[in-house]
Amino acid sequence: MHEVQPEPVPVTQTPKRGRAIVITSGKGGVGKTTTTANLGHALAARGCSVALIDADVGLRNLDIVLGLESRVKHHVLDVLEGKVELEEALVRDKHNENLVLLAAAQTREKDEVDTEKMKALVEQMRERFDYVIIDCPAGIELGFKNAVIGADEAIVVCTPEVSAVRDVDRVVGLLGNRFRPQLIVNRLRPALVKKGKMLSVEDVNAILRLPLLGVIADEPEIIITTNRGEPIALRRDGATASAYHAIAARIAGDDVPAPTVETKETSFFGKLGAIFGGSKA
Amino acid sequence: MIDWVRKFFAPTTSSQTAKERLRLVLMTDHLSLAPEMIEQMKRDFIDVIAKYVEVDRDKIEINFEQQDKALAMLANVPILAVNRNSGGGDGGSKKEEPKATEVANALPRRKRRKKSTVAPSTASPAPAG
Repeated sequence: MHEVQPEPVPVTQTPKRGRAIVITSGKGGVGKTTTTANLGHALAARGCSVALIDADVGLRNLDIVLGLESRVKHHVLDVLEGKVELEEALVRDKHNENLVLLAAAQTREKDEVDTEKMKALVEQMRERFDYVIIDCPAGIELGFKNAVIGADEAIVVCTPEVSAVRDVDRVVGLLGNRFRPQLIVNRLRPALVKKGKMLSVEDVNAILRLPLLGVIADEPEIIITTNRGEPIALRRDGATASAYHAIAARIAGDDVPAPTVETKETSFFGKLGAIFGGSKA
Repeated sequence: MIDWVRKFFAPTTSSQTAKERLRLVLMTDHLSLAPEMIEQMKRDFIDVIAKYVEVDRDKIEINFEQQDKALAMLANVPILAVNRNSGGGDGGSKKEEPKATEVANALPRRKRRKKSTVAPSTASPAPAG
């Protein structure tokens, strides 16, 4: 196995040193891809240049969530194997020109990715973008290692479930200190938490003990926006969109107040209160 | 007291159950993920016992087991002889009990302590040296 030097990038200005962040969780289906897409949009909306890498080789999905599936011509393995230049493989977003996607290969397998080349690719992309965000596949095998190799920060996505917390705990153990993992609690249902039918953010983080980056409530809107391929963070208002924008601000280093999720009052009296102009939290 | 009353009347919520299960499963996970630490702890544990009694190191068994709501460390330590000079007040009679079984309960919780004998005492007779 011979070492391949990363291609020298034509230097037009002082090369950037963008941040490389991996979005991971261990368990599948907790919302890594949705989180990646929304954080990509939220960061791009701040005027930062953002590249998203779908590292889930064999199960390409990020393009769908972003609504870019029809524009994908080349994928990450084409770039890693030198078939096309990086520039040709990057898909520019429809809504925000600050955002680009490097799609995963759909018909290839995870063990076809050369870990060292992947690291070099992320390194190369960091010189061009403020943020390189890597959507990690589920699991802790080679796909995870390849997704993590180029990153130096990690965001772990966890749903308030025993299985998800257990897997995040394992992943955090595997990541070690280098990645300074931060937590996003996803799909929280405040009404259930209130009734004692769901683990609360505090319950989850009493075990994980990670810096809390944000909390995303389980909203039907997210399903609808994903159906349409228009991530909810494209919007500027609404609780869920605001939560993603707040996370982006926190990532960028802004001093944003601690994340909370409002409990939607769904009881009869709650609705009554709302109708009669009762200001509710 | 109020807490106790509330607990008495309120049924366990599913989130409490989830929290409890999570706590236990993670303890078990962390134990299996730190084999060197566990081995060292076993060695230290045996060393402490060996300060007071002569034990059969080859036959010692230390295992972790999930019992009801707690994780327990169960140790089965065959004692060969009791050292005459170590500690005990009545240093006179040499005990010739070759089959003593020690049950150690790690991570004790209030509930567990009430049970006096937790592990089955597997008597493993060994010839006294």
